[in-house]
Amino acid sequence: MREIRHSGQPNLQIRINNLCLDMRGSRLLDQIDLILKQPGVTMILGPNGAGKSLLLKCIHGLLFPTWGSIDFDGLNKNPKQAMVFQKPILLRRSVMDNMRFADQGTQTDTELEQALDSVQLLEKIDHPATQLSGGEQQRLALARALLTKPDLLLLDEPTASLDPASVVIIEKLIQQATQQHIKSIFISHDIGQAKRLSADVIFLNRGQVVEYSDAASFFSDPHSDEARAFLSGEIVL
Amino acid sequence: MHSFPKMKKNIFMLIEAFSEAFGLILSADADLYEILWLSIQVSLTALLISIALGLPIGTTLAIANFPGKTICITVINSLMGMPPVVIGLLVYLALSRSGPFGVFGLLYTPTAMVIAQMLLITPIIAALTYQVMEDLHKEYRDLFFSLSIPLDKAVAAYLWDARYSLITAVLAGFGRAISEVGAVMIVGGNIDHLTRVMTTAIALETSKGELSVALGLGIVLLVLALVVNGLVTTVRTRARHYGYA
Ligand SMILES: Nc1ncnc2c1ncn2[C@@H]1O[C@H](COP(=O)(O)OP(=O)(O)OP(=O)(O)O)[C@@H](O)[C@H]1O
Ligand SMILES: [Mg+2]
Repeated sequence: MREIRHSGQPNLQIRINNLCLDMRGSRLLDQIDLILKQPGVTMILGPNGAGKSLLLKCIHGLLFPTWGSIDFDGLNKNPKQAMVFQKPILLRRSVMDNMRFADQGTQTDTELEQALDSVQLLEKIDHPATQLSGGEQQRLALARALLTKPDLLLLDEPTASLDPASVVIIEKLIQQATQQHIKSIFISHDIGQAKRLSADVIFLNRGQVVEYSDAASFFSDPHSDEARAFLSGEIVL
Repeated sequence: MHSFPKMKKNIFMLIEAFSEAFGLILSADADLYEILWLSIQVSLTALLISIALGLPIGTTLAIANFPGKTICITVINSLMGMPPVVIGLLVYLALSRSGPFGVFGLLYTPTAMVIAQMLLITPIIAALTYQVMEDLHKEYRDLFFSLSIPLDKAVAAYLWDARYSLITAVLAGFGRAISEVGAVMIVGGNIDHLTRVMTTAIALETSKGELSVALGLGIVLLVLALVVNGLVTTVRTRARHYGYA
């Protein structure tokens, strides 16, 4: 008999209420007010230093906002989250042992191997994870995050140093996750990728939400000058 | 200026001392091995206690947040640089008959030497553990939060993934303990058949002009140091090979 695959929560809602984040005396996130209702991928776009990673870490609970709050609405007020960090964090162990550690013994080795196969790392199973190439490390980090069967998947530039073939693999995995009702929040600098994946888009600049709209209207008709400049490849300051 | 025949005599004396030294080692000279055995016993005991203290101290400092943490780290770092003779003196004062622990009558016993060596290397092991664990904690912290890893599992993972560096720290501690002379001389007294260890015996025999015994012990100590260093190098190479360093 085939086991029914885990599904995330349909209708997971994320409410970010007037969130501010101060660090070392400067305001890095400024009055962020958002309600994310759309299923699928929410894309966060914005220039370097806009505060994208910080926002994701606040949502994950890694950073505590100075003001404001984040609530989750859905079947569960405390959805299971997994995060892929901008700089992959891997244990100084083999690839397989990294998977085992994250899994905490709930799945068989065969299942873990399948998960590695899905990101084409089966050949590297016994390699020290820290000696993988940058792209391989990112693929391992994603496979490991998916292993925990999250309701909410937070992805900080997961394809930043991947070759085109690997990007296709990762995007397919994310789309599969969406089909399984896993909500994703995805940071990317690749506008083509954002168009391919996103249901809605948050455009951040200098710690503020400049624009939040569904993907179709964001890409066809951005409201703000900053977003328009960003999409046309100009440097936003 | 040395005259030629005198130099020849000196060299001859040295060769003789060396051959006698090797003779002592190879013939399993009872005195020599008694001293060697005591040295190893004292230093290993001190090492085990230091591991039992230093590992948890270093780990706690790396992972926990509490007021006064910075002060603790500073204290341990400065204890690490404390001259052994001063440690010997302090232990002497504590254990001497009029000292606070005088009633136990520990001065001039192997226990006193264990205490001195333990005080000498616990800060070293604690400080090295702290450095290693802090690096690892900074690296892993966000991931462990993300995966909701409980504290006990996190600590176990830190210890396991830092094992090569920790073994190196422990070996460094042992090397320091067994080659120490000033403190054990003060608190042990270098009493024959009781508290005479390799370093104090070498100091004594040299001053008496008994070069062959001093050299024999010196060779053994040297070999021991080489073995420890060899182990350190092996551990480092292995760690690097597996990408853990
Ligand atoms: N711990 C910190 N203390 C002080 N400032 C910080 C800290 N972490 C980040 N910052 C600052 O906050 C700003 C936003 O950082 P963040 O990492 O969120 O940018 P980002 O939008 O993810 O950029 P990138 O596209 O380069 O990844 C940056 O200017 C950064 O210097
Ligand atoms: Mg970032």
